[in-house]
Amino acid sequence: MAPILDIKQLYKNYGSVEILKDINVAIEPGDFLVLVGPSGCGKSTLLNCIAGLEPITGGTLSIGGKDMTHVSPKDRDIAMVFQSYALYPTMSVAKNITFGMKVRGVDAATQEQKLNEVASQLQIEQLLNRRPGQLSGGQRQRVAMGRALVRDPKLFLFDEPLSNLDAKLRVEMRSEIKKLHQNLGATMVYVTHDQIEAMTLATKIVVLKGGVVQQIGTPAEIYNRPANLFVADFMGSPAMNLIPAKATKNGTGTQIEIAREGAAPLMLTDTHAENLPQDVILGLRPEDIAEAGFRAGEDVQVAECHIDMVEPAGADTFVVSELGGKQVTARLHAETGAQPGQPLPLAFDLSKVSYFAPGSGERLN
Amino acid sequence: MTDFTQSYDAPRRNYSQLALRWLLFALLGLFALFYLMPLFVMVTTSLKSLEEIRTGSLVALPREVTFDAWRTAWSETCTGVKCEGLKPYFWNSVLMTVPAVIIATLLGAVNGYVIAQWRFKGANLIFSLMLFGCFIPFQVVLLPMARSLGILGLAGSIPGLILVHVIYGIGFTTLFFRNYYVTIPSELTKAAKVDGAGFFRIFWSIFLPLSLPIVVVTVIWQFTNIWNDFLFGVSFSQSGTQPVTVALNNIVNSTTGVKEYNVDMAAAIIAALPTLLVYVVAGKYFIRGLTAGSVKG
Repeated sequence: MAPILDIKQLYKNYGSVEILKDINVAIEPGDFLVLVGPSGCGKSTLLNCIAGLEPITGGTLSIGGKDMTHVSPKDRDIAMVFQSYALYPTMSVAKNITFGMKVRGVDAATQEQKLNEVASQLQIEQLLNRRPGQLSGGQRQRVAMGRALVRDPKLFLFDEPLSNLDAKLRVEMRSEIKKLHQNLGATMVYVTHDQIEAMTLATKIVVLKGGVVQQIGTPAEIYNRPANLFVADFMGSPAMNLIPAKATKNGTGTQIEIAREGAAPLMLTDTHAENLPQDVILGLRPEDIAEAGFRAGEDVQVAECHIDMVEPAGADTFVVSELGGKQVTARLHAETGAQPGQPLPLAFDLSKVSYFAPGSGERLN
Repeated sequence: MTDFTQSYDAPRRNYSQLALRWLLFALLGLFALFYLMPLFVMVTTSLKSLEEIRTGSLVALPREVTFDAWRTAWSETCTGVKCEGLKPYFWNSVLMTVPAVIIATLLGAVNGYVIAQWRFKGANLIFSLMLFGCFIPFQVVLLPMARSLGILGLAGSIPGLILVHVIYGIGFTTLFFRNYYVTIPSELTKAAKVDGAGFFRIFWSIFLPLSLPIVVVTVIWQFTNIWNDFLFGVSFSQSGTQPVTVALNNIVNSTTGVKEYNVDMAAAIIAALPTLLVYVVAGKYFIRGLTAGSVKG
């Protein structure tokens, strides 16, 4: 299938400042692409470039197989939902939703029919005569979505649409957007700084930092095999443990040595890792460090660790132990007997381990 | 100010604070009286007969109310050689002020919209230059303007005066609208662009309907300035096209024999009435519009 959105070697400068550098992304129809990164990484600028609201400095961009690099927003067959919703304040909800059709000269009967379709889909029929100022945040959000849905475009663009909502509503709207995507089979591009939103919604994630793509992949790829230290640290909550270690080759595999203050170093043996340099940063997610006896597998290795802190979080209990000079978090089951100040045997699942080069931060395995 | 309100609302008010409050009211009342005194004298004098003015006190109420002076001022008194009263000049002012206000306001709105929402290279420079235009003293441009009007064939005509006032007004109206539109999130323009609307469509359907408060401010400001202008009026008009301010001056200065204070006062009030009326009708929007930018909508 031809990609519905194809971005090739896109550059964007503001004056002499490079905002986006060499962006290459392609998505298929039905994909849910999430652009994620810390604030100032250029993700919203990239979305505006896709929408045609910002001219691009270099490269090409095509939507639905047609070159759209220099086409104005109205001719790109896109719809966009903004962070502030951007509802027209002096128009009623109904007029907000039909404004685009009115501008395009769609006849009144079709407008009416589409409006009713979308209104019932989003359950906003009772709000149609109100002004945006009379709506709550969640209702405004729905109207903004309605304005996009009524267009039936090739591409939906969302610019941090949930960041102005409170936590509970955000989770609700998140699953509604997900349902909408599944029901419509529409192609969506979604910008967020919230990595949980990215993980739950995306079929494909682009992680950006400083205008440079760090990694493109499915949520599972990004989560399990982060391409570098930045992605490893940014995606996942609590963050991946990144522990400085020394690697030495021996008969059965690679010996990993993690220094510990006031105790013998922690020794692990990885039978799969090959060609590691001497200094590495070992990355292991909290859930891949369990209490001994609760995790089995040939790559699971048990070592006694000194527990510094115990944080019960309801479903899980997090324990913190200092390894290699870092606070390492392990996710244990809720009924653990871990006590702060006491040693506890922990199981390290090395089948999930990532290695990074300390200097460049690139993934090594 | 917050402190003051808090201490006033506190359950145990003490007497010194109460006294302070009354002092404040008294002072404000005094200022109000001071401001209203000239108006009082003008109104009472205009309602007196010449005889009564000569014999009575300046601040006394009229013994016998008569509107003769008003009628004379409106349609009979002499400005120079003609004796038609203020009426024709009053209409000159209307014919000059209304179009000038409308045109300057519309141009200012479009300018402000472009500068605030369609950022282009040099937008800030253009805005600074327009702002600079607000502070050029009238006197400086008199001669070049007279020459320009001559070349355009508009010298001494009402359209010429309209042009002068529009040009002078654009700086201020642009400033007002730009500062108002800058507070409107740019996402609104973006959303409308994605919806397919063009430059004027967005202006007409989205920005103008939002603009009532600032339109009122601009209209009051422009109306007051243009209606009250004397210098341009006296410089760029001829006998048939003089605005009311110039005519008023001529009435007051060209009386022969007895000075008709009652007619002068009535004429002055007539000349000032329209601006007063505009402010009374739209005044509450004026305050709202001036502070609109400071509160997020």
